[in-house]
Amino acid sequence: MKYSYFPGCSLKGLGRAYEESLLPVMAHLGVEVQELPDWNCCGATAYMSVDEGRASVLAARNLAIAQRMGLSVMAPCSACYLVLNKTQHNLAEYPAMRQTVDRALGAVNLTLKGEVPVRHPLDVLTNDIGLEAIRQKVTHPLRLMGEVTEKAADGTLVRRTGVRPLKVVPYYGCQIVRPYATFDDKNDPTTMDRLIEALGAEVVTDYRLKTKCCGGSLTGTVPDAGLRLVYILLKEALKHGADCIVTVCPLCQYNLDAFHAQIASRYEPVRIPTVYFSQLMGLAFGLPARELGLHRGVVPMPALAGPEAVAAAQPAVA
Amino acid sequence: MSAKQEEIRIGFYVCHCGHNIGKTVNCPEVAKFVATLPHVVHSVDYKYMCSDPGQELIRLDIQQHKLNRVVVASCSPLLHEHTFRGACAAAGLNPYYFQMVNIREHDSWVHADNPVEATEKAKALAQAAVERVAQHKALEVKRVPIHQDVLIVGGGIAGIHAALTIANSFENTPDSGKPPRKVYLVEREPSIGGHMAKFDKTFPTLDCAACILTPKMSEVGAHENIELMTYSEVAKMDGYVGNYTVTVRHKPRYIIADLCTGCQDCISHCVVQPEKSPKLMAANEFNEGLDKRRPVYIPFPQATPQIVLIDPMVCLNFRKGVLTDKCKKSCVTACGEKKAIDFTQKETTEELKVGTIIVATGFKAFDSRRKPEYGYGVYPNVYTALEVERLVNASGPTGGHVVLRDGRTKPKTIGIIHCVGSRDERTHKWCSRVCCMYSLKLAHLLHEHTGAEMYNFYIDIRTPGKGYEEFYGKLLEEGVNFIRGRVGEVTDWAMTPEEEGKLVIRVEDTLAGMVRRIPVDMVVLATGLEPQADAQEVRRIFNMSCGTEGFFLERHPKLAPVNTFTDGIFIAGACQGPRDIPDTVAQAGAAAAEAMALISRGFVEQEPNTAFILDAECSGCKSCIPLCPYTAILFDEARKKAYINEALCKGCGTCVASCPSGSIVQNLFEDDQVFSEIHGVLAYD
Amino acid sequence: MTKEWKPRIVAFFCNWCTYTAADLAGVSRLQYATNIRVIRLMCSGRVDPQFILEAFARGADGVLIGGCHPFDCHYVEGNYKCLRRYEMLKRLLADMGIEAGRIRLEWISAAEGDKVKRVVNEMSETILKLGPLGLPKKFEQWDMEMEHFAEQVARKEAAAGCGCAAHAAAAGAEPQTRETTHA
Repeated sequence: MKYSYFPGCSLKGLGRAYEESLLPVMAHLGVEVQELPDWNCCGATAYMSVDEGRASVLAARNLAIAQRMGLSVMAPCSACYLVLNKTQHNLAEYPAMRQTVDRALGAVNLTLKGEVPVRHPLDVLTNDIGLEAIRQKVTHPLRLMGEVTEKAADGTLVRRTGVRPLKVVPYYGCQIVRPYATFDDKNDPTTMDRLIEALGAEVVTDYRLKTKCCGGSLTGTVPDAGLRLVYILLKEALKHGADCIVTVCPLCQYNLDAFHAQIASRYEPVRIPTVYFSQLMGLAFGLPARELGLHRGVVPMPALAGPEAVAAAQPAVA
Repeated sequence: MSAKQEEIRIGFYVCHCGHNIGKTVNCPEVAKFVATLPHVVHSVDYKYMCSDPGQELIRLDIQQHKLNRVVVASCSPLLHEHTFRGACAAAGLNPYYFQMVNIREHDSWVHADNPVEATEKAKALAQAAVERVAQHKALEVKRVPIHQDVLIVGGGIAGIHAALTIANSFENTPDSGKPPRKVYLVEREPSIGGHMAKFDKTFPTLDCAACILTPKMSEVGAHENIELMTYSEVAKMDGYVGNYTVTVRHKPRYIIADLCTGCQDCISHCVVQPEKSPKLMAANEFNEGLDKRRPVYIPFPQATPQIVLIDPMVCLNFRKGVLTDKCKKSCVTACGEKKAIDFTQKETTEELKVGTIIVATGFKAFDSRRKPEYGYGVYPNVYTALEVERLVNASGPTGGHVVLRDGRTKPKTIGIIHCVGSRDERTHKWCSRVCCMYSLKLAHLLHEHTGAEMYNFYIDIRTPGKGYEEFYGKLLEEGVNFIRGRVGEVTDWAMTPEEEGKLVIRVEDTLAGMVRRIPVDMVVLATGLEPQADAQEVRRIFNMSCGTEGFFLERHPKLAPVNTFTDGIFIAGACQGPRDIPDTVAQAGAAAAEAMALISRGFVEQEPNTAFILDAECSGCKSCIPLCPYTAILFDEARKKAYINEALCKGCGTCVASCPSGSIVQNLFEDDQVFSEIHGVLAYD
Repeated sequence: MTKEWKPRIVAFFCNWCTYTAADLAGVSRLQYATNIRVIRLMCSGRVDPQFILEAFARGADGVLIGGCHPFDCHYVEGNYKCLRRYEMLKRLLADMGIEAGRIRLEWISAAEGDKVKRVVNEMSETILKLGPLGLPKKFEQWDMEMEHFAEQVARKEAAAGCGCAAHAAAAGAEPQTRETTHA
């Protein structure tokens, strides 16, 4: 399996932990990934709202380069993923835009014929690689040492320290399900839920906010609106007793992770770590934490129970 | 009367139909053109041909100009062919010497921007008709005697009302001196009553639904001229207009109906007890699954007939419907000497002979799971309207106490969401007509039962009936909060401390111009009406069509709302389209009246477009025999010729097209007639 | 005929479904191409292949047949028979050099007024592209050719001097019949 890889600006900048964890994980699964040579910024949500024509040209250049490589593009960043897909939709539907793009690309000796498949890593992992293959590579199922409640022989409930699965909230954000729900359901996506379970963790199944907006850039420009949305996402995660939130988008990860001080002062403290699904995968595969960019997060992940600790402790949950 | 024996004199009329045709098609020009065609002796245009003076014109002209063929170019023959044939007949001309040209639905209305081409097309179509009519022959309408018994399919309020109307008609009184007209009422549920039996009160009078329905149900059950067949379905319909043979399948109750007294001792003694083995009980369908019932049960206390039944999927004596003999059968013991329980009972079939059929199979409520954003099935305290009808009902699962799914908590705020599934591009485009009214009714009832703060979320408030707008006014005075906006979602995550633990309705309040979050304890979904799940199978049994939405298609939306395209088969009630109880009862009465009118006339007229075989030309090749779906073509082994049973022939013409020697002729659609139509339509360039 | 050519399509519509759908299109005021002329039959099963051939022979540029959807025929199976005949007729027409686009079979239910509009418009465009079929004119031409054919052959052979009956006739001699030759 081979894919071309479009990191976009964020995976080389603010979201570098995403790239740092995704590439080793893909390698571990035997998937070849080749970065697009000379790729340019996709324009993200900002440029599309300013000038759709120019933004399409910008995005189309990447598609043309990918087409030359003859491979499907894997675009981990949610905004890049959406922009590339939206551009292809526009080109198919609006001949005038197609003409503009063809002309612009032609000026730099590039062509874009038809469509280039743009895939999300969750799509690739679930549908191309398969959860079974992933399950088999899990050497360190995601477990925590913690308080567990269980029924004793005489029927009473006792609390003791034991090993239990990591409880994870799956947060998809909005851009990979709206407006195009290509590989998952737009109201209740489950690809990441199933992935988390394959890693040995426990998924919070009734987290109703899994596709609700994190505020995007509003956390910076209109904090009253943006931070409030982030606060609710974090609060609800804690209410469901989660240990961490897992996400697919660099901006979501940033919003959920980097504003705890402001949120604590505006509303109340709601500290919970937010990581990328690729980082959880790396941990489950036994890759060293430092190499997965986990040190870059603001709220640290709890220490996971290694296999020795799991073997040593009385198994509370199989 | 052969066309060759006398001179053909055709009268041609082109109708303006006011502006409908006249605005686009140049009628005088068409009349002038047609006057030049062979055999046309009289060619005029007129404003409204279908009116009395228009028809009178035809009658007078036939006599004055000695016309023996008439062509009218106007609207669709499906609308007025009958009218003009009647005008011809009134003047003494055989009505089948008439041909109609459709220059409205097929010309002026669809080529409004092309008056020149529309006129040319009208000329071509007119020439076709003129050439065709010259080939027409005199035909006699067939009269088929009509059987006087009636079948009514569906035992809801529509079926019940129709049944009683017919069963109480004159023929069924001792004075008539005639044999009674029998009404068969077939209902697939174990009891009649339909959806109305589940309602608590009806709008706008807030009459108790059961109180007005149950007397009618008892009357049906006791009526000597109504044969009630519950837990039964129509499997097949054979025969022809006025003489149908219907096969009815009776599902096994495992109870001998004549021996059951409805004492219900079997139910109270059944080994499956709610306290001991709740998991062995089944969801109570009548209470919309809000509580459970035993394997032996009666659907609801006022069920008609008062006969219990056993559910083989749940009863311990069966395993998934197959008899195992594992249970100790305390029900049999309790039944005692009545010996009404029979576990070996099998499904039976019966054939009924009827002349007319009224299909009143009702509707199905929209499945709220198709709108996942409203959280039905996800959040416990989201209810459908039918569930709430059972909740507020004193004979419902909670004895009329409105409490949440935990069985204890009384809701303090309730939100009712209108148009669930209706007026929606993604589910159903239509308006289900009754939901606004029943949402208002539920708002009133829920407030009465709980004192809760009520919110109704609507797009428009539709109150078209008598007393309906006044009912809405009353609710406004009661302090119900009306918010105009289609609800976006129902959710459980809170933005403020007050919202914790509640269901939050997110909606754009279009009148206030802002997005709102309304925290409520209970959400009620005003689900729309849709066709029954098996509407397609049912309509095929009765040879009916369905409209695009899936409801049964009426012959004409304005002038024939209870007729179908087949004479003698009628539809009534919600199976034809969403409607409330008064309209349903009106339609049921209409269908009953039409059925009775047909029966008392005594015969049905069959269009004489049947086929016949020219004996001399038939070569006995038998190509036609297997083609007829009505087995109307038979083979005479002695003479080695095929022949057609006219009574069975329905006039489709399939055999006509297949005969290699052209020896089958279809009246009104003879080869020569169609050939001249083809020629005529292309002769004019 | 110096008038600009406009396609002429003859349509055979079944009474219960397609004709009703066309009425519905009219009631809904859907606008469509004027090139179509509808002939009403009770069932698409009544459509005799001869009707279609006659239509082409009389000058139709296209033929459209409308029937009920499979399963929905008012007379149970007439539409299936129509389908069978249509499939066979298509091959015959192809052999005669009539392009496939000139004949079309559509299932249109009574509720599908918009389908009538779509199909008529599509077919109009197709026929417009295919151009006129013009069989009546071709027949006229061939008839003329056949009339003169005998004369031409006679002239040619007279010039070559072969002495068969045709020449004799052309030259004015009495036609040789079986009786006369055996006499």
